[in-house]
Amino acid sequence: MTAMVRESLLNAENAVLREVVRAGDYWLKEIKKGQTFRILDLEGNQAADTLFYNADDPSERYSATDTVREQRNLYLTVGSQLRSNLNNVMLEIVADTCGRHDTIGGACATESNTVRYSLEKRCMHACRDSWMLALAEHEHLGISKRDITHNINFFMNVPVTRDGGLTFADGISAPGKYVELRACMNVIVLISNCPQLNNPCNAYNPTPIEVLVWN
Amino acid sequence: MKPSLYSYAVPGASHWSFRVRRGLSIKMTDVEGDANVGMLMYNPEDLLERYNAPDTLKCQHTFKLTKGHCLYSDMGRIFCSIVDDTVGWHETISGNSNAETVATRWGARDYQSDRNLWKQNGYDSFLVELAKYGLNGRDMAANINWFSKVGADDNGVLRLVQNHSKPGSSVTLRFEMDTLVVVHTCPHPMNIEAEYPRKPVLFEFFESNALEADDICRDSCAENQRGFANNMLYYMGAAR
Repeated sequence: MTAMVRESLLNAENAVLREVVRAGDYWLKEIKKGQTFRILDLEGNQAADTLFYNADDPSERYSATDTVREQRNLYLTVGSQLRSNLNNVMLEIVADTCGRHDTIGGACATESNTVRYSLEKRCMHACRDSWMLALAEHEHLGISKRDITHNINFFMNVPVTRDGGLTFADGISAPGKYVELRACMNVIVLISNCPQLNNPCNAYNPTPIEVLVWN
Repeated sequence: MKPSLYSYAVPGASHWSFRVRRGLSIKMTDVEGDANVGMLMYNPEDLLERYNAPDTLKCQHTFKLTKGHCLYSDMGRIFCSIVDDTVGWHETISGNSNAETVATRWGARDYQSDRNLWKQNGYDSFLVELAKYGLNGRDMAANINWFSKVGADDNGVLRLVQNHSKPGSSVTLRFEMDTLVVVHTCPHPMNIEAEYPRKPVLFEFFESNALEADDICRDSCAENQRGFANNMLYYMGAAR
């Protein structure tokens, strides 16, 4: 696939928020309708496992199935409208220097790690544990395990073949690559900066990301 | 195959749910061809444990589902194994039809005029069945669409293959856990037939055959062997 690339016109100096998220940590913030935010891959080949909720009613959330079905394409890039489980547009990708992001592969969990790698790896840190901590520390949001579903893996490359195979390829991201999204409703953004050590989604080396927000 | 214990032909555009005991198998047959069965699965002992499409796909490095694959929960366990399949490709990434898309394509759902031949949709079908167990839209994960093939080209463009499933084709699921199964027979969300499709699907319940020493699903990859090990720990009483 020829990667769709569109650079941002926004200047980092004008951002109203800049926060570095270390590998293995979560980032949870509300982004208001009309605000734009950027996820920046600081050192390259990092996966940012991301979920979105309607901040005014978190039972409405990002839906991978509605998103890929309505755009008739598996991959997310500039122009992709991220849809909710009620088939409403939550956000739109407005800039992207990576070119392709995955929403098929899901997040790592300690339980799926036992299947993918070894039962004895059940205590290694995983994205879903970061989300669980985030939800426990923000109980007032009313979001629980019920609401944890199929996420987006920004910067991750999971090509599907014509004969129905699925591979986890080396990342196509690199230091300084970014993806930028504009919120079409008030959204809660929940990112796990992926701690996975067992596969190439982070090049076996989890590294920090930065999140920038503009009004 | 052992004789069927119970069989029921689910009419097209309908929904149903049932709790199936581990040790049973279900054979679904597409009676007329080109059917679609939307399916979700839950652990009846803990409804927070549910079918997980991403884990199912990535644990087996597959995009399609067919014979030899296992269907995983989000807890690293296997609800059921696909022990037989004459279709070759079932999909799990397109979700459901909804009231709006069905109305736009084929006209509104209208019981007053159409009685049980109304134009039901997949999303509302799941809502109705889930509510019987205290579940709602928040509990709806990505579902399977049995008998439906959605392929991707090199650019990721998705296409539903029409007339993919032939009359009489079937897929058989061997249940490895007690499972709450929620199904509908509403049209695939990408179906663009001129007429609203209404395709019945025969469900037959059997006692499962014992696992062979080299089982077609458990031993199709090391991941599935570990999934079966997780099931064993669960029923032994040493798992979450």
